[in-house]
Amino acid sequence: MASVVESKWATKGSTPKGLERQPLVLNQRSLGWISDRVASIVEGPTPKWWWPAFLISASLAGMMFAMIGYLVATGVGVWGLNQPAGWAWDITNFVFWIGIGHAGTLISAILFLLRQRWRTSINRAAEAMTLFAVACAGIFPLVHVGRIWLAPIWLAPLPNSMGIWPQFRSPLLWDVFAVSTYGTVSLLFWYVGLVPDLATMRDRATSKFRKFAYGLFALGWTGSNRHWSNYEKAYLLLAGLSTPLVLSVHSIVSFDFAVSQVPGWHTTIFPPYFVAGAIFSGFGMVLTLLIPLRTLCKLEDLITVRHVELMGKVVLATGSIVGYAYGMEFFIAWYGGNPNELYAFKNRAFGPYWWAYWSMISCNVICPQLFWFKKIRTNLVAVFIISIFVNIGMWFERFVIIVISLHRDYLPSSWGYFSPTYVDILTFVGSFGLFCTLFLLFMRFLPMIAIAEVKGVTPQADPHHPLGGAKGGHH
Amino acid sequence: MSKSYGIIAEFDTPADVMAAARAVRKAGFKHWDVHTPFPVHGMDEAMGLKNSNVGWFTFIGGVTGYTSGMLMIWFQNAVDYRIVVGGKPLFSPLFAFPVSYELTILFASFATIFGMLFLNRLPCLHHPLLKNQRFAQVTHDKFYIVIETTDRQYSETETRKLLESAGSKHIEQVEE
Repeated sequence: MASVVESKWATKGSTPKGLERQPLVLNQRSLGWISDRVASIVEGPTPKWWWPAFLISASLAGMMFAMIGYLVATGVGVWGLNQPAGWAWDITNFVFWIGIGHAGTLISAILFLLRQRWRTSINRAAEAMTLFAVACAGIFPLVHVGRIWLAPIWLAPLPNSMGIWPQFRSPLLWDVFAVSTYGTVSLLFWYVGLVPDLATMRDRATSKFRKFAYGLFALGWTGSNRHWSNYEKAYLLLAGLSTPLVLSVHSIVSFDFAVSQVPGWHTTIFPPYFVAGAIFSGFGMVLTLLIPLRTLCKLEDLITVRHVELMGKVVLATGSIVGYAYGMEFFIAWYGGNPNELYAFKNRAFGPYWWAYWSMISCNVICPQLFWFKKIRTNLVAVFIISIFVNIGMWFERFVIIVISLHRDYLPSSWGYFSPTYVDILTFVGSFGLFCTLFLLFMRFLPMIAIAEVKGVTPQADPHHPLGGAKGGHH
Repeated sequence: MSKSYGIIAEFDTPADVMAAARAVRKAGFKHWDVHTPFPVHGMDEAMGLKNSNVGWFTFIGGVTGYTSGMLMIWFQNAVDYRIVVGGKPLFSPLFAFPVSYELTILFASFATIFGMLFLNRLPCLHHPLLKNQRFAQVTHDKFYIVIETTDRQYSETETRKLLESAGSKHIEQVEE
């Protein structure tokens, strides 16, 4: 019966042929199928690949904590940084991870405000990625202070032992507020989105413990329309709050550099350039995670090739903005007439770290330009490989900005060359372990696709569509 | 004998439940609700719900956040322990802005969520509907109308008839 009505709708619809909206869920899956499919990832037996992946990730995470333990016990001297490069891999890793988080918020908040309904299949996983990336990011500034047991006091607006309050003229303190607000609001937004799906998990639960655990966090959600009305308004407002938040976070991170006097840092282009780079790197990471997961978890009907293609377009757009920013930096370095600035940029491209600069250019500027071709955007293997290059390139961008600017500034007598130690390298590699551990736990215990939201964008959910039960073609 | 909480009527499609909601509203019921697996577009209008008040919580939270940020920075750097740094003024709304901006968003977000939970009277972990086996499908693919016995218009036979005529194929009483 439903299929008869469907074909009628397709031929008699007012949309001209060839311009019909592409379905967001393929193969006309039913509402129940969506909850069954997504919940089965959590309810079903642990997939074979999960344990090896988890053990490797958890070991890497353990290695990171061991390295941090060594750092705390010995001192920051175990890292390669020293004058003149007082910031090196620590802050590079911080900016790298915090940037990755930005794609999650862009997908969950900005695409929501722009009514991009395709976001529903990917927003949950992307928001989880945001949280875990922010957790990884937070570790580096926390441990780079040396005596980390005092860090909570230094970071919070509390007076120190001399009764002196923090100094709010410093962008480093703005950064503390930006990043902690970002982490908190992302968590809240993610949790609010989870509530209806936790109720689904509660109602499907077969064991008492699951029913209790999911039920506790579902807060007693019953899908009441009086509740949905307030819920949807709150969700919209949170999206509206997260949008200026995500744009401000990387702007403020860029102030850490831009407000200083270091050649190569002291530029007004930094805030928009950092935000574009953050979204670029974040989408790279979303693609790296979701392309294998959609196959491993059999989510091809929910995370479709079209989703991948659209994300590829975002990567292309933001990658081009980043490329423009690189060019504009060079132009201003020459046009501004400041010899120190000009030297800093010549040194980037042709100095001792030339390899880092050209890795950055090839990964961030050249690589994403391949996405102009639809054939490449829709080829999952190609997109996956390019997404990894994007991740690598964006790490190099932060390294280029931080280390190359610092290693040769105004005083040639104090120039130096930074090389990482094994502790630097293992801590950074370990942070990927922590990120993957958290993500693997997330996908086994929580619905990694927003079930209620995906249901809401199917034709069966529309009371004015024949599949949603509407009588007759017109109304 | 346990008291009856209300009557639930099950529907298969959003269009059916919306038509039934219009009928229930027209009949003049007050203590009733529609339960759906996802927010159904147009249901607020069909039920006659007003625009949600969550925005007021957000607004008050945001104003509180911004004000506390500005006051905190002014008190700490310009009143309680005055230190001149880099020849900059002890207080200026310009350098205090980024932190106050973040606190605006932080406080507004908390206020939005707690406001939403307050308006919805959540968390509510013990509810008659949560104990009903059939009703568990509301988070899967079924749609329900629930009319409470506390409604003045409620009558065991007449209300059931109304829901039957609205097209429900399954109607049952829910115990308190």
